[in-house]
Amino acid sequence: MTVKTELKQNKSAGTNLSQNVLNWVDDRFPLTSNIKAHLTEYYAPKNFNILYYFGALSLLVLVLQILTGIFLTMHYKPDAELAFGSVEYIMRDVPWGWLIRYMHSTGASMFFIVVYMHMFRGIIYGSYRTPRELLWLFGVGIFLCLMGEAFFGYLLPWGQMSYWGAQVIVNLFSAIPFIGPDVSEWLRGDYLVSDATLNRFFAFHVIALPFVLVGLVAAHIIALHEVGSNNPDGIEIKKNKDKETGIPLDGIPFHPYYTVKDVSGAVVFLTVFSTVIFFAPEMGGYFLEANNFVPANPLVTPAHIAPVWYFTPYYSILRAVPPFPGIGIIGIPPSLFPGVAAMGLSVMVFALLPWLDKGPVKSIRYRGTLYKKWLAAFVVSFVVLGYLGTEPSNIWGQFGGYLGNADRATVVARFFTIVYFAFFILMPWYTKKDKTLPVPERVTG
Amino acid sequence: MKYIIKKALLVFAFLSSVFLPQAGFANEDIHLESAPIDASNHESLQRGAKTFVNYCLNCHSANYMRYNRLLDIGLSEKQIKDNLLFAADKIGDPMKVAMNKADAKKWLGVAPPDLSVEVRARGADWVYNYLRSFYRDADSATGWNNVVYPKVAMPHILYELQGEQKFNHETHELTLVKPGKLSVIEYDNFVGDLTNFLAYMSEPAKQQRNHMGWFVLLFLGVLLVLTYRLKKAYWKDIH
Repeated sequence: MTVKTELKQNKSAGTNLSQNVLNWVDDRFPLTSNIKAHLTEYYAPKNFNILYYFGALSLLVLVLQILTGIFLTMHYKPDAELAFGSVEYIMRDVPWGWLIRYMHSTGASMFFIVVYMHMFRGIIYGSYRTPRELLWLFGVGIFLCLMGEAFFGYLLPWGQMSYWGAQVIVNLFSAIPFIGPDVSEWLRGDYLVSDATLNRFFAFHVIALPFVLVGLVAAHIIALHEVGSNNPDGIEIKKNKDKETGIPLDGIPFHPYYTVKDVSGAVVFLTVFSTVIFFAPEMGGYFLEANNFVPANPLVTPAHIAPVWYFTPYYSILRAVPPFPGIGIIGIPPSLFPGVAAMGLSVMVFALLPWLDKGPVKSIRYRGTLYKKWLAAFVVSFVVLGYLGTEPSNIWGQFGGYLGNADRATVVARFFTIVYFAFFILMPWYTKKDKTLPVPERVTG
Repeated sequence: MKYIIKKALLVFAFLSSVFLPQAGFANEDIHLESAPIDASNHESLQRGAKTFVNYCLNCHSANYMRYNRLLDIGLSEKQIKDNLLFAADKIGDPMKVAMNKADAKKWLGVAPPDLSVEVRARGADWVYNYLRSFYRDADSATGWNNVVYPKVAMPHILYELQGEQKFNHETHELTLVKPGKLSVIEYDNFVGDLTNFLAYMSEPAKQQRNHMGWFVLLFLGVLLVLTYRLKKAYWKDIH
């Protein structure tokens, strides 16, 4: 009763009430302190540019994938007999099913686009450098997890490309010496990709990896908020703090400044995203492959098996590295392991960046031309390898007899595979030798 | 900074130019004429539906397509029941065939594929040209062969309508040697309608999707103006 009369008497009782509720919560859970630590009093550099949208966008796509995934799971059947039909059922009979499915399938490709842009930003501004090594490693973990999600998820529609893509990738594991064949059989749960494989891939895709992914994303953000964001100048804003308040002079509170900024960035992203969903969900065969509208058939191998575009740079590397010929005399058989190992390395090598970069500056703005040339060479190799991975290796015909009639595309892929790895292997050398510019004290515009 | 952004955009533009071209799996050596696809032409779709039910649905199923979905292309329930519902009892049934796969394989050599999403797998142009490219071949088991799909197992079902074509292996040209019930133009239109229907059936929600897309983009455009001005308002003191 007393509470009620107080409410009537005091006009600002509403504020008091919410304050009381908040106090009640804060005594039991660090709500206010967390909001402060991660939003209102997390100071981010004020000079973020367009490339800094992609972190928040990755989070947005993750949420969209989880939400659309939940609704797809309600109608999808992880059964070799029913899977293909259940996807068509979603596309036709489930209300708004087509929209949910296209959001999810387009979301997969968009996820890689935003994550690649996010990684590219990290590389050019040296965001992996001290003290952000662990932050970067969590990021690499997220990237690996994402690749796993994409791979397991791609089997689920149970089309020809799903089936044969999984068959090819799982077979790669059998190239690992000694344990390989057992590992791939263990992954498949059968001697070939089958109903058992579909069931376990479904489990990995909807339960196992999302858990790990969300956990890693949390760790990534906690690590970020511990060390603070890098910026396009590669300057530590924490070095220049206001003497009285202790707030970085070049920092602004994440909320509201970057929340409002990221919201408008998200709208731009959603515009691109929606354009694909509503007008080109197959994206000319690169987001949804034509062959995947043919139900999986273990007896018919497609003429051309290619992974989805986001895997093609690594796939190109796999194809480019020649197999080990074997040593007959001591009984070592020929093996595809070198290619498989190179492919694995091409993905894992990103984790080494914090220790390969010996440059005195972080950001590309203050690096010399030597670094910029290597970076450009790396970007070109990534794109060319990516393109070649979508095409059969005879796409550009063959060289003449003087080069052993080798496929032109394979030779080009080999060249760019070398460039790809050289970017990393030679990094300690060229970053040290590079003529860098002086770094300013405070961030620039 | 501008330099970096420009560079990133260039890379992105390059990426999209590399990734945009069509990646179908049709035989690229054969020139395919483009199919007359128009999902808004209900009359064409209705004619195509009739052809599909009469000629194709005896062997080829469309397991994911329900008869009552044809309400979308302007047919009434009564029209569907009276004219198209031969192989099913209820209007909500999918377009199945009575023949099971094992029998089909035994009788025809190959089980005829389900056609629900055939156009998405092969492309409308492929289907349109395939249906026009049968020719007489004494060496094949069915007496028919196809330019677009060499050694195809299916005989020329529409033979009566198109007539008989001959293929010149030197000039790679098809010539009509025995006219059918339809003239060349009539047959092309007939097959065009059928292809149009098959394309519609492969994704019945497509028109709704495209239509809705404009409203979504319009909404996002307005939202962008508002959110951008909000951002500007908040950031006016940050230099």
